[in-house]
Amino acid sequence: MNGALIGIAAAALLALGLGFLARRGRNIGLEQWTVAGRSFGAPLVFLLMAGEIYTTFTFLGGSGFAYGKGGPAYYILCYGTLAYVLSYFMLPPIWRYARDNRLYSQSDFFVRKYDSPTLGVVVSLVGIVALIPYLVLQFKGLGIIVQTAGYGAISSTLAVWIGAAVATAYVMVSGVRGSAWTAVAKDTMILVVVVFLGLYFPLRYYGGLGPMFAAIEAAKPGFTVLPAHGENAWWFSSTVLLTALGFYMWPHTFGSIYTARGTRVIRQNAIVLPIYQLILLFVFLAGFAAILQVPGLSGVDVDLALFKLSTKSFDPWVVGVIGAAGVLTALVPGSMILTTAATLIAQNLYRAVDRSASDERVLRIAKLSVPVIALVAVYFTLAGGQTIVALLLMGYSFVTQLFPSLVLSLGGGKWVAREGAIAGIVVGVATVAAVSLTHTTVATLVPSLPAGIKELNVGIVALAVNFVTLSVVSVGASLLVPMQRPLADVSGASSRAWPRRRTDRFWPES
Amino acid sequence: MRTIRALALLPFLALLVGPFFVNRVTPAIFGMPFLLAWIVAWIVITAAIMAVIFRFDPANREDAQ
Repeated sequence: MNGALIGIAAAALLALGLGFLARRGRNIGLEQWTVAGRSFGAPLVFLLMAGEIYTTFTFLGGSGFAYGKGGPAYYILCYGTLAYVLSYFMLPPIWRYARDNRLYSQSDFFVRKYDSPTLGVVVSLVGIVALIPYLVLQFKGLGIIVQTAGYGAISSTLAVWIGAAVATAYVMVSGVRGSAWTAVAKDTMILVVVVFLGLYFPLRYYGGLGPMFAAIEAAKPGFTVLPAHGENAWWFSSTVLLTALGFYMWPHTFGSIYTARGTRVIRQNAIVLPIYQLILLFVFLAGFAAILQVPGLSGVDVDLALFKLSTKSFDPWVVGVIGAAGVLTALVPGSMILTTAATLIAQNLYRAVDRSASDERVLRIAKLSVPVIALVAVYFTLAGGQTIVALLLMGYSFVTQLFPSLVLSLGGGKWVAREGAIAGIVVGVATVAAVSLTHTTVATLVPSLPAGIKELNVGIVALAVNFVTLSVVSVGASLLVPMQRPLADVSGASSRAWPRRRTDRFWPES
Repeated sequence: MRTIRALALLPFLALLVGPFFVNRVTPAIFGMPFLLAWIVAWIVITAAIMAVIFRFDPANREDAQ
Protein backbone atom coordinates (compact mmCIF):
# COMPACT_ATOMS: atom_id res chain seq x y z
CA MET A 1 0.00 0.00 0.00
CA ASN A 2 1.53 3.30 -1.05
CA GLY A 3 1.37 6.61 0.81
CA ALA A 4 -1.40 7.95 -1.35
CA LEU A 5 -3.68 5.01 -0.63
CA ILE A 6 -3.23 5.40 3.12
CA GLY A 7 -4.51 8.97 2.90
CA ILE A 8 -7.50 7.94 0.82
CA ALA A 9 -8.39 5.02 3.10
CA ALA A 10 -8.09 7.29 6.13
CA ALA A 11 -10.57 9.71 4.54
CA ALA A 12 -13.10 6.94 3.97
CA LEU A 13 -12.72 5.71 7.58
CA LEU A 14 -12.94 9.26 8.92
CA ALA A 15 -16.18 9.82 7.02
CA LEU A 16 -17.59 6.56 8.32
CA GLY A 17 -16.55 7.31 11.90
CA LEU A 18 -17.89 10.87 11.93
CA GLY A 19 -21.04 9.74 10.18
CA PHE A 20 -21.76 7.16 12.90
CA LEU A 21 -20.73 9.48 15.75
CA ALA A 22 -23.21 12.05 14.52
CA ARG A 23 -26.13 10.15 15.99
CA ARG A 24 -24.50 9.46 19.34
CA GLY A 25 -26.88 9.68 22.27
CA ARG A 26 -29.85 10.47 20.07
CA ASN A 27 -32.96 8.61 19.27
CA ILE A 28 -33.35 9.34 15.60
CA GLY A 29 -36.96 9.81 14.55
CA LEU A 30 -38.20 11.04 11.19
CA GLU A 31 -37.68 14.71 12.01
CA GLN A 32 -34.16 14.05 13.34
CA TRP A 33 -33.20 11.93 10.35
CA THR A 34 -34.50 14.26 7.65
CA VAL A 35 -34.00 17.77 9.07
CA ALA A 36 -31.96 17.17 12.27
CA GLY A 37 -34.87 18.38 14.41
CA ARG A 38 -34.44 21.91 12.98
CA SER A 39 -31.66 22.47 15.47
CA PHE A 40 -28.58 23.53 13.50
CA GLY A 41 -26.87 26.82 14.15
CA ALA A 42 -25.08 28.91 11.53
CA PRO A 43 -21.91 26.75 11.26
CA LEU A 44 -23.64 23.44 10.50
CA VAL A 45 -26.16 25.01 8.12
CA PHE A 46 -23.22 26.70 6.45
CA LEU A 47 -21.47 23.36 6.01
CA LEU A 48 -24.56 21.71 4.57
CA MET A 49 -25.05 24.54 2.11
CA ALA A 50 -21.36 24.54 1.28
CA GLY A 51 -21.76 20.80 0.72
CA GLU A 52 -23.86 21.62 -2.31
CA ILE A 53 -21.25 23.98 -3.75
CA TYR A 54 -18.08 21.98 -3.36
CA THR A 55 -18.80 18.65 -4.89
CA THR A 56 -16.51 16.56 -7.06
CA PHE A 57 -17.88 18.60 -9.92
CA THR A 58 -16.22 21.69 -8.48
CA PHE A 59 -13.01 19.91 -7.61
CA LEU A 60 -12.52 18.08 -10.90
CA GLY A 61 -14.98 19.87 -13.15
CA GLY A 62 -14.15 23.41 -12.01
CA SER A 63 -10.44 23.00 -12.66
CA GLY A 64 -11.21 21.04 -15.83
CA PHE A 65 -13.57 23.78 -17.06
CA ALA A 66 -10.91 26.46 -16.52
CA TYR A 67 -8.34 24.21 -18.23
CA GLY A 68 -10.54 23.38 -21.21
CA LYS A 69 -12.64 26.50 -21.76
CA GLY A 70 -11.00 29.35 -19.83
CA GLY A 71 -13.09 32.47 -19.19
CA PRO A 72 -16.59 30.93 -19.43
CA ALA A 73 -15.73 28.90 -16.29
CA TYR A 74 -16.13 32.12 -14.25
CA TYR A 75 -19.88 31.67 -14.40
CA ILE A 76 -19.54 29.12 -11.58
CA LEU A 77 -18.19 31.91 -9.35
CA CYS A 78 -21.10 34.22 -10.16
CA TYR A 79 -24.26 32.18 -9.88
CA GLY A 80 -23.68 31.06 -6.30
CA THR A 81 -23.05 34.64 -5.25
CA LEU A 82 -26.36 35.82 -6.72
CA ALA A 83 -28.18 32.79 -5.30
CA TYR A 84 -26.99 33.77 -1.80
CA VAL A 85 -28.31 37.30 -2.29
CA LEU A 86 -31.69 35.82 -3.25
CA SER A 87 -31.47 33.43 -0.30
CA TYR A 88 -31.49 36.30 2.18
CA PHE A 89 -35.01 37.24 1.11
CA MET A 90 -36.41 33.97 -0.17
CA LEU A 91 -35.36 31.40 2.44
CA PRO A 92 -36.64 32.88 5.73
CA PRO A 93 -40.33 32.68 4.70
CA ILE A 94 -39.72 29.12 3.45
CA TRP A 95 -38.12 28.17 6.76
CA ARG A 96 -40.95 29.68 8.84
CA TYR A 97 -43.60 27.93 6.77
CA ALA A 98 -41.72 24.64 7.06
CA ARG A 99 -41.44 24.95 10.83
CA ASP A 100 -45.08 25.91 11.34
CA ASN A 101 -46.25 23.00 9.18
CA ARG A 102 -43.58 20.55 10.26
CA LEU A 103 -42.33 19.89 6.74
CA TYR A 104 -39.57 17.37 6.01
CA SER A 105 -38.94 17.68 2.29
CA GLN A 106 -39.03 20.18 -0.53
CA SER A 107 -42.08 18.44 -1.96
CA ASP A 108 -43.89 18.85 1.39
CA PHE A 109 -43.66 22.58 0.82
CA PHE A 110 -45.52 22.34 -2.48
CA VAL A 111 -48.02 19.86 -1.03
CA ARG A 112 -48.97 22.25 1.75
CA LYS A 113 -48.84 25.51 -0.18
CA TYR A 114 -51.02 24.20 -2.96
CA ASP A 115 -52.90 21.68 -0.83
CA SER A 116 -52.09 19.00 -3.40
CA PRO A 117 -50.32 15.69 -2.74
CA THR A 118 -50.40 15.21 -6.53
CA LEU A 119 -48.19 18.27 -6.96
CA GLY A 120 -45.95 16.73 -4.29
CA VAL A 121 -45.60 13.59 -6.40
CA VAL A 122 -44.77 15.65 -9.51
CA VAL A 123 -42.16 17.71 -7.66
CA SER A 124 -40.66 14.57 -6.11
CA LEU A 125 -40.35 12.83 -9.45
CA VAL A 126 -38.64 15.88 -10.96
CA GLY A 127 -36.33 15.96 -7.93
CA ILE A 128 -35.44 12.27 -8.06
CA VAL A 129 -34.82 12.34 -11.82
CA ALA A 130 -32.43 15.25 -11.30
CA LEU A 131 -30.79 13.85 -8.13
CA ILE A 132 -29.84 10.38 -9.36
CA PRO A 133 -27.57 11.62 -12.19
CA TYR A 134 -26.08 14.08 -9.71
CA LEU A 135 -25.31 11.17 -7.38
CA VAL A 136 -23.84 9.24 -10.32
CA LEU A 137 -21.59 12.24 -10.99
CA GLN A 138 -20.29 12.08 -7.40
CA PHE A 139 -19.60 8.35 -7.66
CA LYS A 140 -17.90 8.79 -11.02
CA GLY A 141 -15.73 11.57 -9.58
CA LEU A 142 -14.87 9.38 -6.61
CA GLY A 143 -13.77 6.57 -8.90
CA ILE A 144 -11.58 8.90 -10.96
CA ILE A 145 -9.99 10.44 -7.87
CA VAL A 146 -9.17 7.15 -6.16
CA GLN A 147 -7.84 5.58 -9.33
CA THR A 148 -5.67 8.58 -10.26
CA ALA A 149 -4.50 9.56 -6.77
CA GLY A 150 -3.91 5.93 -5.82
CA TYR A 151 -1.69 5.45 -8.88
CA GLY A 152 -4.01 2.75 -10.15
CA ALA A 153 -3.70 0.45 -7.10
CA ILE A 154 -7.47 0.49 -6.58
CA SER A 155 -9.70 0.29 -9.62
CA SER A 156 -12.36 2.94 -10.00
CA THR A 157 -15.02 0.20 -9.91
CA LEU A 158 -13.91 -0.99 -6.47
CA ALA A 159 -13.67 2.62 -5.27
CA VAL A 160 -17.24 3.33 -6.38
CA TRP A 161 -18.55 0.27 -4.48
CA ILE A 162 -16.65 1.19 -1.32
CA GLY A 163 -17.73 4.83 -1.51
CA ALA A 164 -21.36 3.90 -2.04
CA ALA A 165 -21.25 1.46 0.88
CA VAL A 166 -19.70 4.03 3.24
CA ALA A 167 -22.24 6.75 2.37
CA THR A 168 -25.15 4.30 2.57
CA ALA A 169 -24.06 3.05 5.98
CA TYR A 170 -23.78 6.37 7.72
CA VAL A 171 -26.85 7.85 6.06
CA MET A 172 -28.96 4.92 7.26
CA VAL A 173 -27.65 5.38 10.78
CA SER A 174 -27.53 9.15 11.15
CA GLY A 175 -29.43 10.78 8.29
CA VAL A 176 -28.69 14.43 7.63
CA ARG A 177 -26.62 14.68 10.84
CA GLY A 178 -24.12 12.29 9.29
CA SER A 179 -23.75 14.59 6.28
CA ALA A 180 -23.23 17.64 8.48
CA TRP A 181 -20.56 15.98 10.61
CA THR A 182 -18.60 14.58 7.70
CA ALA A 183 -18.86 18.02 6.10
CA VAL A 184 -16.74 19.39 8.95
CA ALA A 185 -13.84 17.19 7.84
CA LYS A 186 -14.51 17.73 4.17
CA ASP A 187 -14.65 21.51 4.17
CA THR A 188 -11.59 21.86 6.39
CA MET A 189 -9.56 19.63 4.09
CA ILE A 190 -10.81 21.04 0.83
CA LEU A 191 -10.14 24.60 2.02
CA VAL A 192 -6.53 23.84 2.88
CA VAL A 193 -5.87 21.71 -0.21
CA VAL A 194 -7.48 23.98 -2.79
CA VAL A 195 -6.01 27.25 -1.50
CA PHE A 196 -2.60 25.60 -1.35
CA LEU A 197 -2.80 24.22 -4.88
CA GLY A 198 -4.20 27.46 -6.31
CA LEU A 199 -1.26 29.44 -4.93
CA TYR A 200 1.48 26.83 -5.23
CA PHE A 201 1.09 25.80 -8.88
CA PRO A 202 1.23 29.34 -10.36
CA LEU A 203 4.20 30.16 -8.12
CA ARG A 204 6.18 27.03 -8.82
CA TYR A 205 5.64 26.84 -12.56
CA TYR A 206 5.38 30.51 -13.53
CA GLY A 207 6.66 32.58 -10.61
CA GLY A 208 3.27 34.09 -9.79
CA LEU A 209 -0.21 34.88 -11.03
CA GLY A 210 0.82 37.73 -13.33
CA PRO A 211 3.43 35.73 -15.24
CA MET A 212 1.06 32.74 -15.43
CA PHE A 213 -1.78 34.68 -17.02
CA ALA A 214 0.71 36.47 -19.30
CA ALA A 215 2.04 33.09 -20.47
CA ILE A 216 -1.49 31.81 -21.11
CA GLU A 217 -2.38 35.02 -22.96
CA ALA A 218 0.73 34.65 -25.12
CA ALA A 219 -0.07 31.02 -25.96
CA LYS A 220 -3.86 31.40 -26.32
CA PRO A 221 -4.90 35.05 -26.74
CA GLY A 222 -8.26 35.87 -25.16
CA PHE A 223 -8.55 32.46 -23.46
CA THR A 224 -9.02 33.91 -19.97
CA VAL A 225 -11.99 36.10 -20.90
CA LEU A 226 -15.28 35.40 -22.70
CA PRO A 227 -15.04 34.64 -26.43
CA ALA A 228 -16.93 36.71 -29.03
CA HIS A 229 -18.73 33.61 -30.30
CA GLY A 230 -20.15 30.62 -28.51
CA GLU A 231 -19.94 31.11 -24.77
CA ASN A 232 -20.03 34.92 -25.02
CA ALA A 233 -21.37 37.55 -22.63
CA TRP A 234 -25.00 36.77 -23.57
CA TRP A 235 -24.46 33.10 -22.82
CA PHE A 236 -22.65 33.98 -19.60
CA SER A 237 -25.27 36.37 -18.29
CA SER A 238 -28.27 34.15 -19.09
CA THR A 239 -26.56 31.05 -17.68
CA VAL A 240 -25.63 32.83 -14.45
CA LEU A 241 -29.22 34.03 -14.04
CA LEU A 242 -30.77 30.62 -14.70
CA THR A 243 -28.42 28.72 -12.43
CA ALA A 244 -28.83 31.33 -9.68
CA LEU A 245 -32.60 30.81 -9.78
CA GLY A 246 -32.21 27.03 -9.82
CA PHE A 247 -29.59 26.92 -7.05
CA TYR A 248 -31.94 26.45 -4.08
CA MET A 249 -34.39 24.37 -6.10
CA TRP A 250 -32.21 21.27 -5.72
CA PRO A 251 -34.15 19.12 -3.25
CA HIS A 252 -31.13 18.51 -1.01
CA THR A 253 -30.19 22.20 -0.88
CA PHE A 254 -33.80 23.13 -0.21
CA GLY A 255 -33.93 20.50 2.53
CA SER A 256 -30.83 21.91 4.21
CA ILE A 257 -32.79 25.13 4.87
CA TYR A 258 -35.09 23.18 7.19
CA THR A 259 -32.21 22.11 9.44
CA ALA A 260 -31.66 25.71 10.56
CA ARG A 261 -32.51 26.71 14.12
CA GLY A 262 -34.01 30.03 13.01
CA THR A 263 -34.19 32.54 10.21
CA ARG A 264 -31.32 34.59 11.58
CA VAL A 265 -28.99 31.66 10.93
CA ILE A 266 -30.04 31.69 7.29
CA ARG A 267 -29.48 35.44 6.92
CA GLN A 268 -26.05 35.20 8.52
CA ASN A 269 -25.07 32.56 6.02
CA ALA A 270 -26.07 34.86 3.16
CA ILE A 271 -23.18 37.09 4.25
CA VAL A 272 -20.53 34.41 4.67
CA LEU A 273 -21.28 32.09 1.78
CA PRO A 274 -20.31 34.56 -1.00
CA ILE A 275 -16.84 34.86 0.51
CA TYR A 276 -16.52 31.11 0.82
CA GLN A 277 -17.36 30.95 -2.87
CA LEU A 278 -13.88 32.36 -3.49
CA ILE A 279 -12.47 28.85 -2.89
CA LEU A 280 -13.48 28.33 -6.50
CA LEU A 281 -11.03 31.02 -7.56
CA PHE A 282 -8.21 28.80 -6.33
CA VAL A 283 -9.68 25.79 -8.14
CA PHE A 284 -9.60 27.84 -11.33
CA LEU A 285 -6.03 28.99 -10.71
CA ALA A 286 -4.94 25.36 -10.40
CA GLY A 287 -6.78 24.56 -13.63
CA PHE A 288 -5.16 27.50 -15.43
CA ALA A 289 -1.73 26.45 -14.18
CA ALA A 290 -2.24 23.03 -15.75
CA ILE A 291 -2.88 24.46 -19.25
CA LEU A 292 0.75 24.85 -20.20
CA GLN A 293 2.10 22.15 -17.84
CA VAL A 294 -0.01 19.13 -18.76
CA PRO A 295 -1.19 20.18 -22.23
CA GLY A 296 -3.17 18.03 -24.60
CA LEU A 297 -6.01 16.76 -22.38
CA SER A 298 -9.30 16.92 -24.24
CA GLY A 299 -12.88 15.70 -23.98
CA VAL A 300 -13.72 14.14 -20.62
CA ASP A 301 -10.03 13.99 -19.76
CA VAL A 302 -9.93 17.73 -18.94
CA ASP A 303 -11.38 16.75 -15.58
CA LEU A 304 -8.10 15.03 -14.79
CA ALA A 305 -6.11 18.27 -15.18
CA LEU A 306 -5.79 18.94 -11.45
CA PHE A 307 -4.73 15.40 -10.57
CA LYS A 308 -2.36 15.04 -13.53
CA LEU A 309 -0.55 18.18 -12.45
CA SER A 310 -0.55 16.99 -8.82
CA THR A 311 0.95 13.59 -9.54
CA LYS A 312 3.56 15.32 -11.71
CA SER A 313 4.46 17.77 -8.93
CA PHE A 314 4.28 15.98 -5.59
CA ASP A 315 5.33 12.97 -3.54
CA PRO A 316 2.68 10.27 -3.25
CA TRP A 317 1.73 11.24 0.31
CA VAL A 318 0.77 14.77 -0.81
CA VAL A 319 -1.26 13.29 -3.64
CA GLY A 320 -2.88 11.09 -0.98
CA VAL A 321 -3.96 14.15 1.01
CA ILE A 322 -5.41 15.71 -2.14
CA GLY A 323 -7.11 12.42 -2.95
CA ALA A 324 -8.52 12.22 0.58
CA ALA A 325 -10.02 15.69 0.18
CA GLY A 326 -11.42 14.59 -3.16
CA VAL A 327 -13.02 11.47 -1.67
CA LEU A 328 -14.74 13.56 1.01
CA THR A 329 -16.06 16.01 -1.60
CA ALA A 330 -17.77 13.05 -3.23
CA LEU A 331 -19.09 11.43 -0.05
CA VAL A 332 -20.65 14.48 1.62
CA PRO A 333 -22.86 15.67 -1.25
CA GLY A 334 -23.50 12.02 -2.11
CA SER A 335 -24.83 11.36 1.39
CA MET A 336 -27.03 14.48 1.28
CA ILE A 337 -28.48 13.36 -2.02
CA LEU A 338 -29.14 9.88 -0.61
CA THR A 339 -30.97 11.26 2.44
CA THR A 340 -33.02 13.63 0.32
CA ALA A 341 -33.99 11.17 -2.38
CA ALA A 342 -34.96 8.61 0.27
CA THR A 343 -37.10 11.21 2.05
CA LEU A 344 -38.86 12.09 -1.20
CA ILE A 345 -39.63 8.45 -1.87
CA ALA A 346 -40.95 7.73 1.62
CA GLN A 347 -42.59 11.01 2.54
CA ASN A 348 -43.97 12.15 -0.80
CA LEU A 349 -44.43 9.05 -2.94
CA TYR A 350 -45.22 6.35 -0.36
CA ARG A 351 -47.20 8.62 1.95
CA ALA A 352 -49.22 9.99 -0.96
CA VAL A 353 -50.56 6.45 -1.38
CA ASP A 354 -50.71 5.34 2.27
CA ARG A 355 -52.06 8.53 3.88
CA SER A 356 -52.37 7.05 7.36
CA ALA A 357 -48.77 5.81 7.58
CA SER A 358 -47.06 6.63 10.87
CA ASP A 359 -43.84 8.65 11.01
CA GLU A 360 -42.03 5.49 12.18
CA ARG A 361 -43.17 3.60 9.12
CA VAL A 362 -42.21 6.45 6.77
CA LEU A 363 -38.76 6.59 8.37
CA ARG A 364 -38.32 2.84 7.97
CA ILE A 365 -39.20 3.10 4.29
CA ALA A 366 -36.86 6.06 3.84
CA LYS A 367 -33.98 4.09 5.39
CA LEU A 368 -34.71 1.06 3.24
CA SER A 369 -34.75 3.26 0.14
CA VAL A 370 -31.17 4.43 0.78
CA PRO A 371 -29.37 1.26 -0.38
CA VAL A 372 -31.78 0.93 -3.30
CA ILE A 373 -30.99 4.45 -4.54
CA ALA A 374 -27.28 3.85 -4.00
CA LEU A 375 -27.43 0.65 -6.03
CA VAL A 376 -29.26 2.36 -8.89
CA ALA A 377 -26.60 5.08 -8.91
CA VAL A 378 -23.76 2.53 -8.79
CA TYR A 379 -25.37 0.71 -11.71
CA PHE A 380 -25.49 3.86 -13.84
CA THR A 381 -21.98 4.82 -12.77
CA LEU A 382 -20.50 1.52 -13.87
CA ALA A 383 -22.71 1.01 -16.93
CA GLY A 384 -21.95 4.51 -18.18
CA GLY A 385 -24.02 5.21 -21.24
CA GLN A 386 -25.46 8.27 -22.86
CA THR A 387 -28.76 8.34 -20.99
CA ILE A 388 -27.24 9.32 -17.71
CA VAL A 389 -25.04 11.96 -19.32
CA ALA A 390 -28.08 13.46 -21.01
CA LEU A 391 -30.00 13.46 -17.71
CA LEU A 392 -27.09 15.07 -15.94
CA LEU A 393 -26.98 17.95 -18.40
CA MET A 394 -30.71 18.42 -17.93
CA GLY A 395 -30.77 18.07 -14.13
CA TYR A 396 -30.11 21.69 -13.31
CA SER A 397 -32.68 22.87 -15.85
CA PHE A 398 -35.20 20.38 -14.46
CA VAL A 399 -35.06 21.67 -10.90
CA THR A 400 -35.06 25.28 -12.11
CA GLN A 401 -38.59 24.62 -13.40
CA LEU A 402 -39.76 24.51 -9.77
CA PHE A 403 -38.80 28.15 -9.28
CA PRO A 404 -41.88 29.97 -10.66
CA SER A 405 -44.51 28.06 -8.67
CA LEU A 406 -42.34 28.18 -5.56
CA VAL A 407 -41.59 31.88 -5.59
CA LEU A 408 -45.16 32.82 -6.57
CA SER A 409 -46.49 30.91 -3.57
CA LEU A 410 -44.33 32.89 -1.13
CA GLY A 411 -45.92 36.31 -1.15
CA GLY A 412 -49.61 36.91 -1.51
CA GLY A 413 -49.56 34.98 -4.79
CA LYS A 414 -53.06 33.59 -4.44
CA TRP A 415 -53.67 33.57 -8.15
CA VAL A 416 -51.60 30.46 -8.90
CA ALA A 417 -53.89 27.41 -8.94
CA ARG A 418 -52.56 23.95 -8.15
CA GLU A 419 -53.45 22.92 -11.70
CA GLY A 420 -51.37 25.86 -12.95
CA ALA A 421 -48.38 24.87 -10.82
CA ILE A 422 -48.55 21.25 -11.99
CA ALA A 423 -49.02 22.18 -15.66
CA GLY A 424 -46.21 24.75 -15.56
CA ILE A 425 -43.71 22.29 -14.06
CA VAL A 426 -44.69 19.42 -16.37
CA VAL A 427 -44.57 21.57 -19.51
CA GLY A 428 -41.32 23.25 -18.40
CA VAL A 429 -39.63 19.90 -17.78
CA ALA A 430 -40.91 18.54 -21.09
CA THR A 431 -39.53 21.63 -22.86
CA VAL A 432 -36.12 21.13 -21.23
CA ALA A 433 -36.07 17.49 -22.33
CA ALA A 434 -37.20 18.26 -25.89
CA VAL A 435 -34.76 21.13 -26.29
CA SER A 436 -31.82 19.15 -24.88
CA LEU A 437 -32.47 15.95 -26.79
CA THR A 438 -32.94 17.72 -30.13
CA HIS A 439 -29.99 20.08 -29.45
CA THR A 440 -32.20 23.08 -30.06
CA THR A 441 -30.64 26.48 -29.38
CA VAL A 442 -32.01 30.00 -29.30
CA ALA A 443 -30.34 30.45 -32.70
CA THR A 444 -32.41 27.63 -34.26
CA LEU A 445 -35.62 28.85 -32.61
CA VAL A 446 -35.29 32.52 -33.54
CA PRO A 447 -32.82 32.73 -36.46
CA SER A 448 -33.55 36.43 -36.96
CA LEU A 449 -31.89 37.49 -33.69
CA PRO A 450 -28.58 39.41 -33.86
CA ALA A 451 -25.58 37.09 -33.78
CA GLY A 452 -24.46 37.69 -30.17
CA ILE A 453 -27.91 37.30 -28.60
CA LYS A 454 -28.37 33.92 -30.28
CA GLU A 455 -26.04 32.47 -27.65
CA LEU A 456 -28.59 33.04 -24.87
CA ASN A 457 -28.98 29.94 -22.72
CA VAL A 458 -31.92 27.99 -24.11
CA GLY A 459 -33.09 27.25 -20.56
CA ILE A 460 -34.65 30.74 -20.60
CA VAL A 461 -37.13 29.41 -23.17
CA ALA A 462 -38.24 26.52 -20.94
CA LEU A 463 -38.69 28.84 -17.97
CA ALA A 464 -40.78 31.25 -20.07
CA VAL A 465 -42.95 28.40 -21.43
CA ASN A 466 -43.39 27.18 -17.85
CA PHE A 467 -44.48 30.61 -16.62
CA VAL A 468 -46.92 31.19 -19.49
CA THR A 469 -48.51 27.74 -18.97
CA LEU A 470 -48.78 28.33 -15.23
CA SER A 471 -50.48 31.69 -15.79
CA VAL A 472 -52.90 30.52 -18.47
CA VAL A 473 -53.96 27.39 -16.57
CA SER A 474 -54.33 29.28 -13.29
CA VAL A 475 -56.50 31.98 -14.83
CA GLY A 476 -58.49 29.31 -16.66
CA ALA A 477 -59.02 27.31 -13.46
CA SER A 478 -60.22 30.36 -11.56
CA LEU A 479 -62.71 31.21 -14.34
CA LEU A 480 -64.11 27.68 -14.49
CA VAL A 481 -64.65 27.16 -10.78
CA PRO A 482 -64.55 30.58 -9.16
CA MET A 483 -66.13 29.63 -5.84
CA GLN A 484 -65.39 26.05 -5.03
CA ARG A 485 -61.74 25.81 -4.29
CA PRO A 486 -59.12 27.66 -2.36
CA LEU A 487 -56.13 28.49 -4.51
CA ALA A 488 -52.57 28.58 -3.23
CA ASP A 489 -52.67 28.17 0.53
CA VAL A 490 -51.22 31.43 1.76
CA SER A 491 -52.50 31.28 5.31
CA GLY A 492 -50.69 28.07 6.14
CA ALA A 493 -53.89 26.31 7.18
CA SER A 494 -54.53 23.23 5.15
CA SER A 495 -58.01 21.89 4.64
CA ARG A 496 -57.05 18.50 3.24
CA ALA A 497 -56.53 15.50 5.48
CA TRP A 498 -52.79 15.42 4.94
CA PRO A 499 -51.30 13.52 7.86
CA ARG A 500 -51.14 15.69 10.95
CA ARG A 501 -48.03 15.46 13.02
CA ARG A 502 -48.39 13.90 16.40
CA THR A 503 -46.55 16.53 18.33
CA ASP A 504 -47.33 20.20 18.61
CA ARG A 505 -43.95 21.49 19.67
CA PHE A 506 -42.67 24.22 17.40
CA TRP A 507 -39.05 23.97 18.43
CA PRO A 508 -38.42 20.32 19.11
CA GLU A 509 -34.82 20.90 19.99
CA SER A 510 -32.91 24.10 20.44
CA MET B 1 -34.79 51.10 6.63
CA ARG B 2 -36.30 48.78 4.08
CA THR B 3 -34.95 50.92 1.24
CA ILE B 4 -31.47 49.73 2.13
CA ARG B 5 -32.51 46.35 0.76
CA ALA B 6 -32.33 47.90 -2.72
CA LEU B 7 -28.55 47.56 -2.39
CA ALA B 8 -29.10 43.87 -3.12
CA LEU B 9 -29.74 44.81 -6.76
CA LEU B 10 -26.16 45.95 -7.27
CA PRO B 11 -24.57 42.44 -7.41
CA PHE B 12 -27.10 41.48 -10.09
CA LEU B 13 -26.20 44.52 -12.18
CA ALA B 14 -22.48 43.93 -11.69
CA LEU B 15 -22.47 40.22 -12.51
CA LEU B 16 -25.25 40.01 -15.12
CA VAL B 17 -24.76 43.30 -17.00
CA GLY B 18 -21.16 44.02 -16.03
CA PRO B 19 -19.51 41.26 -18.11
CA PHE B 20 -20.70 42.97 -21.32
CA PHE B 21 -18.51 45.96 -20.45
CA VAL B 22 -15.56 44.48 -18.59
CA ASN B 23 -14.85 41.44 -20.76
CA ARG B 24 -11.16 42.22 -21.19
CA VAL B 25 -7.76 40.86 -20.18
CA THR B 26 -6.11 44.19 -19.36
CA PRO B 27 -5.44 45.93 -17.08
CA ALA B 28 -4.42 42.93 -15.02
CA ILE B 29 -5.15 43.29 -11.31
CA PHE B 30 -3.08 41.24 -8.85
CA GLY B 31 -2.01 39.39 -11.98
CA MET B 32 -5.59 38.35 -12.81
CA PRO B 33 -7.33 39.18 -16.10
CA PHE B 34 -9.60 42.21 -15.63
CA LEU B 35 -12.83 40.19 -16.03
CA LEU B 36 -11.80 37.71 -13.32
CA ALA B 37 -10.66 40.52 -11.01
CA TRP B 38 -14.01 42.29 -11.53
CA ILE B 39 -15.92 39.16 -10.54
CA VAL B 40 -13.74 38.50 -7.50
CA ALA B 41 -14.07 42.12 -6.37
CA TRP B 42 -17.85 41.95 -6.68
CA ILE B 43 -18.04 38.77 -4.65
CA VAL B 44 -16.29 40.58 -1.81
CA ILE B 45 -18.50 43.66 -2.28
CA THR B 46 -21.59 41.43 -2.28
CA ALA B 47 -20.65 39.97 1.10
CA ALA B 48 -20.17 43.53 2.42
CA ILE B 49 -23.55 44.59 1.02
CA MET B 50 -25.28 41.62 2.65
CA ALA B 51 -23.60 42.49 5.94
CA VAL B 52 -24.94 46.06 5.70
CA ILE B 53 -28.44 44.82 4.87
CA PHE B 54 -28.25 42.37 7.78
CA ARG B 55 -27.13 45.13 10.14
CA PHE B 56 -30.08 47.39 9.32
CA ASP B 57 -32.72 44.69 8.90
CA PRO B 58 -35.35 44.97 11.66
CA ALA B 59 -36.23 41.30 11.07
CA ASN B 60 -33.00 40.27 12.78
CA ARG B 61 -34.11 41.89 16.01
CA GLU B 62 -37.64 40.49 15.91
CA ASP B 63 -36.79 36.83 15.80
CA ALA B 64 -33.38 36.60 17.35
CA GLN B 65 -33.77 32.92 18.07
